[in-house]
Amino acid sequence: MPKITFIEADGTEHCVEAESGMTLMEAAVHNMIPGIDADCGGACACATCHVYIDAHWLERVGPRGEIEEDMLDFAFDVGENSRLSCQIGLSDALDGLVVRIPERQF
Amino acid sequence: MTVQPISTDAVIIGAGPVGLFAIFELGLLDIKCHVVDILGKPGGQCAELYPEKPIYDIPALARVSGRELSERLVKQAEPFDPRFHFGHMATTVNRNRDNSFTLKTDAGLVFKTKIVVIAAGGGSFQPKKLPLDGAEAYEGHSIFYAVRDKKTLRGRNIVIVGGGDSALDWAIDLHPLAGGLTLMHRRDQFRAAPESVKKMQALVEAGKMRFKTGQIKALKGEDGSLNGIVARGPDGEFELACDALLPFFGLTMKLGPVANWGFELHGNLVPVETETLETSEPGIFAIGDINWYPGKLKLILSGFHEAALMAQRAFKIIHPKKRLVFQYTTSSTSLQKRLGVA
Repeated sequence: MPKITFIEADGTEHCVEAESGMTLMEAAVHNMIPGIDADCGGACACATCHVYIDAHWLERVGPRGEIEEDMLDFAFDVGENSRLSCQIGLSDALDGLVVRIPERQF
Repeated sequence: MTVQPISTDAVIIGAGPVGLFAIFELGLLDIKCHVVDILGKPGGQCAELYPEKPIYDIPALARVSGRELSERLVKQAEPFDPRFHFGHMATTVNRNRDNSFTLKTDAGLVFKTKIVVIAAGGGSFQPKKLPLDGAEAYEGHSIFYAVRDKKTLRGRNIVIVGGGDSALDWAIDLHPLAGGLTLMHRRDQFRAAPESVKKMQALVEAGKMRFKTGQIKALKGEDGSLNGIVARGPDGEFELACDALLPFFGLTMKLGPVANWGFELHGNLVPVETETLETSEPGIFAIGDINWYPGKLKLILSGFHEAALMAQRAFKIIHPKKRLVFQYTTSSTSLQKRLGVA
């Protein structure tokens, strides 16, 4: 049961318990985290589940996929640590993960 | 000027897979449809968001792309001669005294219809708007999310933002009439047709337009007119002067006008009766991803089933005095005649 901390743009923290096998997007949506729209429902087709990965976790989360890189063209204010949360599978290895939510999805 | 309304049995809102199959199910019961969709082609989300992605859970089609599924559904509905109205968003639905409905679209169509079928999926597709302070005030005269009339851009200093087909196509198309044109994208790779990328690069080399790597950060303007943007690139922040800005960041789905039609919503979804797929307004149905009932699964196949149930109830509203005999396409000559195969 990985614990995930979502931090909203205004600093509000949400600590949730996710299940291994879920995606980070699903963990956010199931816990009604504001700011993760996930319009397309996880098909990597809309870029409305954009998050920033905390610097300490970047390596463990791993690199972006090719389709994800393309989809990030449709996200706002993309940084080095930008990911689409529907493309991150959760496991116990990511227990404690911290991600920041952009001020707005497009 | 009063617009002469189009009289019909049914208007389907949304030409996605479920809306397309609803044409078929209603058609089998001899109910003719008009279909409105904000996009320019049939297929909805399947055709717009993931035309190339395979879908694996359509019964009897082990693997089918969003585009192919849409094409097959259009073909299946053909015998019923549906009338499509693309580029239209349904904006208002009002009940008339005779219990029919008047449905209007943003592009000026008016329908008088006996039933309304909302098959609008995640809502209507709208261009993603810039989440920047003050952006809204510039919309329509300095910021354009779609180009309706090229003439309004003649001689202007244009910045186009984005790296997909829309951004590149418009950059190529508008550069001859612009006073100056810059394409800005967050990286120097593009998810657009390779041919367009080559054409754009050739224009940049020939000095006919500029390309900048960067992401938009802020807008600069006075008295409601834009005079530039602030962007961040690999070498830090920079400014670009412009009086017309065209951001192309794809489409997003918003529930849109449906939210104001008086239904009690379940989140962003329209609750329906599971027996009839009718909303709280008799005669207005909701099928596919846009509806909600206990146990709802947002699957295309669930939407197909909902279309069949909806059609049964629709028949009773449209032909209150006729008895509906349940028939199979394998054995019924009258169904086969409607399908044009008997």
